[in-house]
Amino acid sequence: MKKVLILGATSAIAQATVRLLAARGAALYLVGRNAANLDAVAKDAATRGASKVEQQSLDLDDTAAHESLVERAAQALGGLDSALIAHGVLGEQKACERSWTEAEKVLRTNFLSAASLLTVLGNRFEAQKSGTLVVISSVAGDRGRQSNYVYGASKGALTVFLQGLRNRLASSGVAVVTVKPGFVDTPMTAHVAKNKLFATPEQVARGILRAADGRKNEVYVPGFWAIIMLIVRTIPEGIFKRMKL
Amino acid sequence: MTNDLQSWGRFPLATRQTTHALAWQTDSIPTAGASLLPYGQGRSYGDSCLNENGTLLTTHGLDRLLDFDAATGVVRCEAGTTLETLLKLTVPRGWFLPVTPGTKFVSIGGAIANDVHGKNHHRAGTFGRYVRRFELLRSDGSRKVCSPEENPDWYEATIGGLGLTGLILWADVQMRPIHNPFVITETVPMADLEDFFKISRESEQDAELTVAWVDSLALGRRLGRGLFFRGNFAPPRFDGLPLVRSHLSHGSALAVPFNLPGISLNWLSVATFNWFFYRANLLRRGPRLQHYDPFFYPLDKVHRWNRVYGRKGFFQFQCVVPFSTARDALREIMERSARDVPSPLTVLKTFGDISSPGWMSFPRPGVTLALDFANRGDRTMKLVAELDRLTRQAGGAVYPAKDAGMSPENFAAYFPQLERFKSYIDPAFSSSFWRRMNP
Ligand SMILES: Cc1cc2nc3c(=O)[nH]c(=O)nc-3n(C[C@H](O)[C@H](O)[C@H](O)COP(=O)(O)OP(=O)(O)OC[C@H]3O[C@@H](n4cnc5c(N)ncnc54)[C@H](O)[C@@H]3O)c2cc1C
Repeated sequence: MKKVLILGATSAIAQATVRLLAARGAALYLVGRNAANLDAVAKDAATRGASKVEQQSLDLDDTAAHESLVERAAQALGGLDSALIAHGVLGEQKACERSWTEAEKVLRTNFLSAASLLTVLGNRFEAQKSGTLVVISSVAGDRGRQSNYVYGASKGALTVFLQGLRNRLASSGVAVVTVKPGFVDTPMTAHVAKNKLFATPEQVARGILRAADGRKNEVYVPGFWAIIMLIVRTIPEGIFKRMKL
Repeated sequence: MTNDLQSWGRFPLATRQTTHALAWQTDSIPTAGASLLPYGQGRSYGDSCLNENGTLLTTHGLDRLLDFDAATGVVRCEAGTTLETLLKLTVPRGWFLPVTPGTKFVSIGGAIANDVHGKNHHRAGTFGRYVRRFELLRSDGSRKVCSPEENPDWYEATIGGLGLTGLILWADVQMRPIHNPFVITETVPMADLEDFFKISRESEQDAELTVAWVDSLALGRRLGRGLFFRGNFAPPRFDGLPLVRSHLSHGSALAVPFNLPGISLNWLSVATFNWFFYRANLLRRGPRLQHYDPFFYPLDKVHRWNRVYGRKGFFQFQCVVPFSTARDALREIMERSARDVPSPLTVLKTFGDISSPGWMSFPRPGVTLALDFANRGDRTMKLVAELDRLTRQAGGAVYPAKDAGMSPENFAAYFPQLERFKSYIDPAFSSSFWRRMNP
């Protein structure tokens, strides 16, 4: 990852990843919604050693802007060899149950906007016959649970989309890396009581770079989530539906 | 959300505090409800970083490096950035902190709010002198850029302002140039207190860094026996000097995994520790070369070492007394505390006459003494009150960053600009310390 487009650069996980990439001297094109916050992340990256930092504030829900965004990023960095899709919203399950408007927002940001970006980036990387696409999905996408199935569905759809894309791009030498973090201690989960399952954004960022460097397919970070989710996935639906999860 | 944030001494315990985490400079701070207090890394000992029944504005998310000019050595960073992060950025490029306390795990905001001092006070003064500019966020939503030129009164009120004038968002700090990450140090034995004064005076001619460790069990005629450490940043070339290797390799650290029972620090263990420390260091004669990290931050090698004092926590008492009264006052304070509990860590250092811009800054010309002792309830409170009284009598001052027991009257006497300072306090801000000082 030397010329990297970062989508959702102000998210806690993206910020931690940006710091690691900056320390490696990568060139970065940062995209986030809030211009002032994005500016702070960009300055931090530049001060920590990024060889180049460009930024653009944009609401990624605006899928019509994706084509030109990727074009601008590639021009600014003199090409792109990788992209990290890290933007997302947790939403509020109860609100999503009451109102389709709320549910749609979650699906739009987490799935539709990501799928749109992946279409543009996938085509570009396929044409250049190289590149790494790293996408942050979630363990919540592995099985729908009553406590967050709208968020889970948005991530589950994303995971499946990535599987297909990986299948399609394998022959062109493009890596598609799905990262599935478990609970992460970020502002997004500030209202949740923390326990031992929570990882720090820095831990997740290290996992992301390891997966990207190794051109992995699907990884859980931290790794123990692979076992937890294996168990969760194997519980028969007849039993699962009566569980309070 | 309630939290378990405490001060480093873990006394007094604050049991009813909520936190509000700040992640961005653009965040607003809560206005309605409980009083607010910024919280950096909680490396203050007493209650100046606590806010019982109030809210702590935690700043660890405000840790972005915003700019570093390797030509001038000025770094701009958000206020939650730790000294450790700054050093990692600047040392490889030839710059060091202008002033550093004995731990690198403090935030820039905390270093400004307590106007911290280091081993170079006689040459450099306090940290606040190197803060060129900062931005202050007040609870009314206003933001003020402060420097000696812009809003100078707010600049002076906030340096050493104990976190009460508002929240510092970012700061520009002037670093000092170095040639490499090494210091050349020398350890000189001191026979007694008189020796401390003599060696101090001599050493300060040539040494930028000075501090003395005192064997708290040597009393009477031998009071003040100990070791004097002096050093300078290494020149570009330093061939032929022996290297001090620390036992733990640079970067790794141990941690104290749980509270040790308070009993583990008794007269015998302190005596044993002091005996070994004294002799081990005596073997090291002559100048030696040492990496800055173990030299400046020996205690940082053991994470959460504050737990060795057990569940009840501990006190650090630090005072400064003017040179004119220092001999008698230090003798009395050291003897008084030794009678009660021997301090495993007794440190002496002289402060020079370089004044700080901060109205509430603690350092002033004289000798500063720091003592550690485990909390043993009322008995310890009585001892602290006594040490506070002796300090006042000597015309000195107690360091709020380390205090859990000074009296409001003495606080007012130590800080003559207190009244002027009060009008700069943010009406929504307060701390456990502040309420204790203004009952
Ligand atoms: C091992 C050890 C050695 C030490 N050695 C020294 C020494 O040699 N010299 C010395 O002077 N001190 C020393 N100290 C004390 C320490 O340097 C100070 O207490 C320092 O201020 C702690 O910084 P912090 O980030 O932990 O702040 P905290 O302890 O969390 O807070 C300290 C004060 O700063 C305020 N504050 C924090 N952030 C902000 C902000 N963003 N805006 C406004 N106010 C803010 C808080 O409200 C509080 O009043 C030592 C402490 C330890 C544990």
